[in-house]
Amino acid sequence: MKNRQQRVGVSRPHESAHLHVTGSAPFTDDLPELAGTVHLALGLSPVAHGRLLGVDVEAVRALPGVLAVLTAADIPGANDCGPVIHDDPILADGVVHYLGQPVFAVVATTRELARRAAARAREVVRVEPLPALLTPLEAHAAGRYVLPPMHLVRGDARAAIETAPRRLSGTFEVGGQEQFYLEGHIAYAVPREDDGMLVQCSTQHPSEMQHTVAHCLGVASHRVQVECRRMGGGFGGKESQSAVFACIAALAARKLRRPAKLRVDRDDDFLVTGRRHCFHYEYEVGYDDDGRVLGAELTMVSRAGYSADLSGPVMTRAMCHFDNAYWLPDVAIHGYSARTNTQSNTAFRGFGGPQGAIAIENILDTIARRLGRDALDVRRLNFYGPSDATDGRNVTPYGQPIPDNIIEPLTRELEAVSDYRRRREEIAAYNATSPVLKRGLALTPVKFGISFNLVHLNQAGALVHVYTDGSVLVNHGGTEMGQGLNTKVAQVVAHELGVDFEAVRVTATDTAKVANTSATAASTGSDLNGKAAEDAARQIRLRLAAFAAERYGVAASDVRFADGRVTVGAVKTMAFRELVGEAYMGRVQLWSDGFYATPGLSWDRETMQGRPFFYFAYGAAVSEVVVDTLTGEWRLLAAHVIHDAGRSLNPAIDIGQIEGAFIQGMGWLTTEELVWHPNDGSSRAGLLLTHAPSTYKIPTANDCPPVFDVRLWKDGDNVSDTIHRSKATGEPPLLLPFAVFYAIRDAISAAGGHRVDPPLTAPATSEAILRALEAVTSS
Amino acid sequence: MSNRPIRFYFRGAVVEVDDVATTRTVLDWLREDARCTGTKEGCNEGDCGACTVVVGELPAGDGREVVGGLKLTTANACIQYLPMLDGKALFTVEDVGGGVERPLHPVQRAMVDCHGSQCGFCTPGFVMSLWATYQHHVARGARPSRQALADALSGNLCRCTGYRPILDAGERMFDAPAAALDTGPVVAALEGLRSEETFRYAPACGGELVAPRTLEALAAERLARPDARLLAGCTDIGLWTNKQLRDLPALLYVGAVDALKRVEARDGVLSIGAGASLEAAWRALAARWPALTEVWLRFAGVPVRNAGTMGGNVANGSPIGDSAPVLMALDADLVLRRGDRVRRLPLADFYTGYMQNRLEPGELLQAIEVPLESAAQVRAYKISKRFDCDISAVCAGLAIEIGDDGRVRAARFGLGGLAAVVKRAYATEAAVVGRPWDEATLLSAQQAFAGEFAPLTDVRGSAAWRLQVARNLLRRFWLETRPDAPLGAADVSVWAAREPEAP
Ligand code: FES
Ligand code: FES
Repeated sequence: MKNRQQRVGVSRPHESAHLHVTGSAPFTDDLPELAGTVHLALGLSPVAHGRLLGVDVEAVRALPGVLAVLTAADIPGANDCGPVIHDDPILADGVVHYLGQPVFAVVATTRELARRAAARAREVVRVEPLPALLTPLEAHAAGRYVLPPMHLVRGDARAAIETAPRRLSGTFEVGGQEQFYLEGHIAYAVPREDDGMLVQCSTQHPSEMQHTVAHCLGVASHRVQVECRRMGGGFGGKESQSAVFACIAALAARKLRRPAKLRVDRDDDFLVTGRRHCFHYEYEVGYDDDGRVLGAELTMVSRAGYSADLSGPVMTRAMCHFDNAYWLPDVAIHGYSARTNTQSNTAFRGFGGPQGAIAIENILDTIARRLGRDALDVRRLNFYGPSDATDGRNVTPYGQPIPDNIIEPLTRELEAVSDYRRRREEIAAYNATSPVLKRGLALTPVKFGISFNLVHLNQAGALVHVYTDGSVLVNHGGTEMGQGLNTKVAQVVAHELGVDFEAVRVTATDTAKVANTSATAASTGSDLNGKAAEDAARQIRLRLAAFAAERYGVAASDVRFADGRVTVGAVKTMAFRELVGEAYMGRVQLWSDGFYATPGLSWDRETMQGRPFFYFAYGAAVSEVVVDTLTGEWRLLAAHVIHDAGRSLNPAIDIGQIEGAFIQGMGWLTTEELVWHPNDGSSRAGLLLTHAPSTYKIPTANDCPPVFDVRLWKDGDNVSDTIHRSKATGEPPLLLPFAVFYAIRDAISAAGGHRVDPPLTAPATSEAILRALEAVTSS
Repeated sequence: MSNRPIRFYFRGAVVEVDDVATTRTVLDWLREDARCTGTKEGCNEGDCGACTVVVGELPAGDGREVVGGLKLTTANACIQYLPMLDGKALFTVEDVGGGVERPLHPVQRAMVDCHGSQCGFCTPGFVMSLWATYQHHVARGARPSRQALADALSGNLCRCTGYRPILDAGERMFDAPAAALDTGPVVAALEGLRSEETFRYAPACGGELVAPRTLEALAAERLARPDARLLAGCTDIGLWTNKQLRDLPALLYVGAVDALKRVEARDGVLSIGAGASLEAAWRALAARWPALTEVWLRFAGVPVRNAGTMGGNVANGSPIGDSAPVLMALDADLVLRRGDRVRRLPLADFYTGYMQNRLEPGELLQAIEVPLESAAQVRAYKISKRFDCDISAVCAGLAIEIGDDGRVRAARFGLGGLAAVVKRAYATEAAVVGRPWDEATLLSAQQAFAGEFAPLTDVRGSAAWRLQVARNLLRRFWLETRPDAPLGAADVSVWAAREPEAP
């Protein structure tokens, strides 16, 4: 008997790979345009804060090709696209809150003419400037927040700090990060009969787009259909913030009764939408002579931008990840989401988790240097205890026990694989004789909680159709943005029905097929939608088995599905399609819905306690860098990673997620710098100066290290009942490149003989590195 | 002069276009007019590579490698105007392979097998860059190193993969049986389009572009139209229209003049025609001065180096252009032409202020001449946030000649990013000439330097850091060139461990 072919746990190429490489995978802008399509461009606020006195609409309307100019007054329904709190106008009304906020939309015959007309914004938008707050610390000082401060407390941190043998206090900061999805925001709205509207757009959250468009148009949700086949990257940037574009396109389509497309230029994409929150930290820690943290108090201030958007959940996740992989006995964490007159910051892969976790890494790195110990030893000393610990060392500050802590064995393995100790010695020898260049090494761990912190979002639905020729069509609520979700879901369904991968096709996400879906976010895409699709496919399989059992007189449990064939007990084997054909004639329902809700979650927002995560994912990375002490230039020489994907559904896709996140996170911490024009009284104050790839530098091929050894944790498993016991890999690996940042810090430290803690902040640009070098060598 | 439609080779035939504006980009034409949507737009400014296409041309004497009678180079379709394609061939991802009747090309197959695409939006651009690399190497019968592959992809951004699988694909694509482009029909078609006559494109929808074919005709047109905008590689002007939405006057396109593209050594100088691409020019410079290789490979991304010209970079006079500092260190002269009159000017005397120079109305830059016989030690250093495809915060071209007596005989320090123009650090040079090249001299040079420049703070870095870095680069230069125990590049540059080779 031939081996059952595996459908899950194998490295299948991305389901669209053959289309990507031939340019025949259509993205939203590639879809054929209907006759009569009009094009939109946005007129943006020219100031960071001001009272909106009016827009000279007539002047714009008179420009070549312009068909209409839309302002807030043209919105028939709610002028709001805020995902959580309703403080996000689609088009500015009364007040403009940041430089770049959409004030009006131009509808024209061509995209170019629309852009030309919209570019007149500075002349036609009349505003009376108001004082602007451009930095989070200014806003914090002024007590301006988008939501009330949050506090997560366990034990008595103050007392623990005060009685500790040693104390440390300091500040730190990390910058924000632009998602830089290669495909910018786009929405194409087509009016349908009876006040209906079809919106094809690049979004991670079709259901929210549907609801927001319906509110904006003042119609019921059943009149709005939102569809997305694929995105050219999302990374969180298309979770809530695709709404403004979807709404404006729909508004124009409704007003003009013509198909309307809004594809923003890259510069406008930067100016209009928000990104990863930058964070400022102030901390005080008590520790013992070995480097054990006894108590910690941390205040985090994030740049929320002008509205709440997802800043609350981002801060929650940051606070729930300050512990990273470490047991912090007494801890107090305070989170402030500062309201600034800049773009409203939003989701970005990691969703606050990286910002929370890097704070403790900075603290431990400093403690190690103060004690003259290897930072790995201090980190390890502070690891959470084993899962069966009875001393409480396995419980997070928010009260969730850690059931499967593998951080110690995983770290041990990585230490060996990367030859950490030997390289540490080699580097010390190199640094002792190298006058200009210094090398640095660091190993950092990751623990990341999986699930939406908001319990109700942890649900998903799917539809599976089996056609009479045996081919299978799947539809689910998740969206494909490159992460390979559709590939994994197809694998799950193929496995469940025992058919070839090629027999299964996944189609565009469509609010008319699966309703009330959650965003594809928080790394939950495969966990939720894989389970829902499995549920749907399983129901069909059970029906087919029951039908075959009855028809051929065997037990249903003796009907087996594998390799595209069905074995009906000892009676016969037949092709899957054959049984399907017979079942159709026998009037068996060959399609099914499926549903999944993650069990056992709880979260109390007030006390910030509960079980917000279904499970944790783990990983660790080692990085070696070389730093130029004359210029602050640096280079990553080698990176070794071991990451926990549970029982991986698709190792190649998971490795791809890990590597991609590593390089992306490295960019965040090093070359990717956001610069706004400072508050100097000029009209440019608050202008985002890094507004395109010419000025905003994400990593390129030459930043990929010559040694890049990425492995999945060999004993990967999941104690929680996830889809085939896999673990999510979208976000957790974004924390791995902490190792790059701390290797740079180590190299800088070496320049000062490891006597001074380098005051390095992120992003560690060459300038920041040189500044830190100055500090360690001059003192 | 012939008024006629734009003619170029596309999808196996010569197409004619006469109904687009002169500034219509190749990308907009592809996506909006021809509805070929395989080529993507990621930035519309030449910085992401999603729009990468390959342009085929008949050889132009610029020293660039020829594949089956064709020069095949990548370009950013978003910053190439369609009339610039006249007489050339355009290849897009749809030409490479796949689709209904054709198998995937080895490039595409390798990208699939190595998991080189995730979201797939950057992928067509990577496929085109890899395809160009592939064609060159198959013709040469060689494989690129992994480093050369990374350098060949310097103009392509991917936000999803982290690049490792794409580099793997670049290696793996040579494992399959070779699938070289059949250039015969393309060459034949381009031969058929060849003409010595000036091409004039003046569509009914407005605008005018004039493309002379000879140096004489170009000089005459320039004299006759001093207000026309000279257009070379369009890597800067493309942004004026794409981003600033500016209206341009008549365009005088220099890119059809083959004589202007020559790169040749003669009479003791390397003569770089003003129309030679940055890639051709830097390649020739790095062949003579290997220490310039790093700045060459870091100058923009490959497609921009293929389209942009060194003449344009110099004449444009941006304070952050990387050519001028190096050329000043090499003591280059400019050959300027007005009608039939030709004059020479040291590059160091060319700039008069921010984006201002000594060109007279009706005059144009014809060539850059770099003296080849020089005993100077030369280095070029570029400091920017990212290694690839970034604008310099500081760029330094440094040359020093040390006599037998151990004293500095001559020094030329060209600096970019530190003032409104690229300029020589004359006071600093004066502080070292005639003195022994030792640490005391270095210190006085660094001191002199601080008084010579007052840089600005901008997104690329603060004034103080720029000044400090520039002074530290003098130290690096001294460490590398001092007569006493000079350090090797591997001791002073984090990039030295790279093993670059010609991409
Ligand atoms: S679209 Fe980015 S380089 Fe052309
Ligand atoms: S695969 Fe998404 S940007 Fe490269």
